[in-house]
Amino acid sequence: MRFSYIEPEFLIERDLERCIRCQVCVRQCAFEAHIYDEASDVVTADSNKCVGCLRCVTMCPTDALIVRPNPTSFKENANWTGRIIKNIYKQAETGGVLLTGMGNDRPYPIYWDHMVLNASQVTNPSIDPLREPMELKTYLGRKPERLDVTLKDGKVSLNTKLAPQLELRMPVLFSALSYGAISFNASKALASAAYEFGTYYNTGEGGLHRDLYQYGERTIVQCASGRFGVHKDYLQAGAAIEIKIGQGAKPGIGGHLPGEKVSSEVSKTRMIPEGSDALSPAPHHDIYSIEDLRQLIYALKEATRYEKPVSVKIAAVHNSAAIASGMVRAGADIIALDGIRGGTGAAPTTIRDNVGIPIELAIASVDQRLREEGIRHQASIIAAGGFRSSSDVVKAIALGADAVYIGTSALVAMGCHLCQICYTGKCNWGIATQDPYLEKRLNPDIAKERLMNLLRAWEHEIKEMLGGMGINAIESLRGNRLHLRGVGLTDSELEILGILPAGR
Amino acid sequence: MNDLYREREISGCGLSAYMDESGERSSGDDIIQSIALLHDRSNGLGGGFAAYGIYPEFPDSYAFHLFYDDSSSQVVCEELIHGSFNIRESGPIATRKAFGIGPAPIIWRYFVDPKEEVLARHNLSPDDFVVQEVMKINTNIKGAFVFSSGKNMGAFKAVGFPEDVGDFYRLDEYRAYMWIAHGRFPTNTPGWWGGAHPFTILDWAIVHNGEISSYGINKRYVEMFGYHCTMMTDTEVMAYLFDLLLRKHELPVETACSILAPPFWDLIEHMPEEQRNYYTSLRMVYGSAMANGPFAIVLGSRSMMLALNDRVKLRPLVAARKGSIVYVSSEESGIREICPHPDAVWMPRTGEPVIARLHEGVAS
Repeated sequence: MRFSYIEPEFLIERDLERCIRCQVCVRQCAFEAHIYDEASDVVTADSNKCVGCLRCVTMCPTDALIVRPNPTSFKENANWTGRIIKNIYKQAETGGVLLTGMGNDRPYPIYWDHMVLNASQVTNPSIDPLREPMELKTYLGRKPERLDVTLKDGKVSLNTKLAPQLELRMPVLFSALSYGAISFNASKALASAAYEFGTYYNTGEGGLHRDLYQYGERTIVQCASGRFGVHKDYLQAGAAIEIKIGQGAKPGIGGHLPGEKVSSEVSKTRMIPEGSDALSPAPHHDIYSIEDLRQLIYALKEATRYEKPVSVKIAAVHNSAAIASGMVRAGADIIALDGIRGGTGAAPTTIRDNVGIPIELAIASVDQRLREEGIRHQASIIAAGGFRSSSDVVKAIALGADAVYIGTSALVAMGCHLCQICYTGKCNWGIATQDPYLEKRLNPDIAKERLMNLLRAWEHEIKEMLGGMGINAIESLRGNRLHLRGVGLTDSELEILGILPAGR
Repeated sequence: MNDLYREREISGCGLSAYMDESGERSSGDDIIQSIALLHDRSNGLGGGFAAYGIYPEFPDSYAFHLFYDDSSSQVVCEELIHGSFNIRESGPIATRKAFGIGPAPIIWRYFVDPKEEVLARHNLSPDDFVVQEVMKINTNIKGAFVFSSGKNMGAFKAVGFPEDVGDFYRLDEYRAYMWIAHGRFPTNTPGWWGGAHPFTILDWAIVHNGEISSYGINKRYVEMFGYHCTMMTDTEVMAYLFDLLLRKHELPVETACSILAPPFWDLIEHMPEEQRNYYTSLRMVYGSAMANGPFAIVLGSRSMMLALNDRVKLRPLVAARKGSIVYVSSEESGIREICPHPDAVWMPRTGEPVIARLHEGVAS
């Protein structure tokens, strides 16, 4: 390897008194940061290769390892930070585009942390979810503006037939994570957890593995610009179809699954040659305008006999509100908005870190615009992009989202440590890899349980927060911005979010 | 934008109402006596009444009751009224000096008919036009407030205890087949006459005890249909919800009640299929219209009195019947005070409306 100016990001420290030279760390590290020297019976480390995934630390039976940020630093400089200097070194050494994985890690304002929730005191009783019913059931899809009900001889009859809907036990779904970007076991865990819990997962653009068709009724199948794995049975298999226009981690550009991750199974599922790079184009080449989107929406509806809602996913960008309005008028039953903190398996760092807008502002402006135009009921809004906790979900619903997609949180539940190197295919946690040796580290049954535990925990917490506000059904929180107050926000931010400052 | 920065008023309350289904009219004495017994449920910061059948001399004209802060707002407002309506009669509403009632605004009454040519220009039904004009006055004309706009009915309200408000407006001199009364216990002190209950629009009058936790979304929901919540009270938004569901969406009143206080999913799941589909559809389409949180309301219209509790009964509501008269009150004592031996007394279940209707053939 050529000489590099780049200092290691992490230091691996080994307590030799504790180390029993079992070599677990050597076997666990796909990056070969740990080396066993047989002659001297010593395990050493090459910190240069460490990505900070903490797999070795977690697996070490004697707690002999510590991985910590390398304290060696460049001379302090507010403009030329270590991160910037290292990126320049990398590009000078390779001439390439900087790649990364997972969501934006730059310190943009996280508005969730600048919004606080309300609770009932005196004038209105809070409700105890352990003793009283607390309803989180959510339906996604197009609703009519009104129902036609007639009353005859004391009996009501409903004369309106509703469009197909997705029924969720609570307003959280698993976001699009394609098979190929993540392992089969990870896909299976998401599918089976969604199925058993009563929510949905999204295939992403990687098609649907034949062994996952059994979870079809809890699957949203995606149709992206590369059309990987899209065929009649695939469209029929899901409960809903999502047209992916954009992704929060990389608005305006397509996807790239490196050939290394296109195994035989991925190749069959995506319907592309084994080992070939799977490049999805930046735009859909049959969608250059809103009227083209309408054609694809209705082509998919025709193909599935209008039995499934069609979602359209876009990255949250400057004029999302106007775009969303057009999407609803073009026939989208669900609008998925993916904010600037949305995750990815691989994206150019400069795109991930600089393009798009925070999801909070996008939810607020899209919801408000659709209301002003009187078409809010025509489509549900799913928000995505960096949802970390049940309180983020509650705040998103209060701003106006119908439900929330979680991707990164689901991956973390399965064991992801956010080291951001998914694009290498060497995920030591068995999640973002197709290497059979690494993949089998993720037990799909255990991962499913962990995912369901996360959903259950959030479900409990959402019920507690709802009950505290004196609300016993999620629909009374949806778009109910009076239960939010802003802390440390400017007047413009408050106005866009449509909330009052705390204290008022 | 301005709305956003206005606070919502929160209040507890007492309410009493009765309707004689035979159409027989009675003076305001009984209703004042009933609400006076519930004195401790209000704190003197607002009381009000709605009375139906009080203007038989103008049964088909809209009776506008207005508060004016000063004579200049009256001049501006009357210009608008003259432009849109033929005024059949107008003048101050008669009042007498009453204990506990502070400085009053100018209180004026107009019996009006929308001008045909104006209706044609706006391409609206008379009712829709009246709603539009009332909204216009209440949002755009400073110091003017329409607090009643129905036919052959009227609202009377003020800052004070309800029994004193009844005395002030000389309600003993009116005769109505339905009386609705309300005493407020607001937890902040706007001290504004328009803020007292009932809230009315067209023939709808509503009084309310409770605090709606879903107010934020109910307000945004009705705004989609052109209603502007000018008073920032739960009661106002409830009135608009009823107007939307019953008048605009033409839903049966039972359906509207199932939308405001729907059954729980647990219950719906165990219903026969047709019923399950009905309630599921209601909740899916009208989720934003659900009134969540404690409430007991009484809604009046020309031919009907409706009382409804929230879905977990967090506010008191008692009903009774004696002959052709149906009573509802926050407390049983409020009923027995004026009807010591009712034929039946009951506690309405959550979400189950008490409905009294004028007998068929009775002119309202």
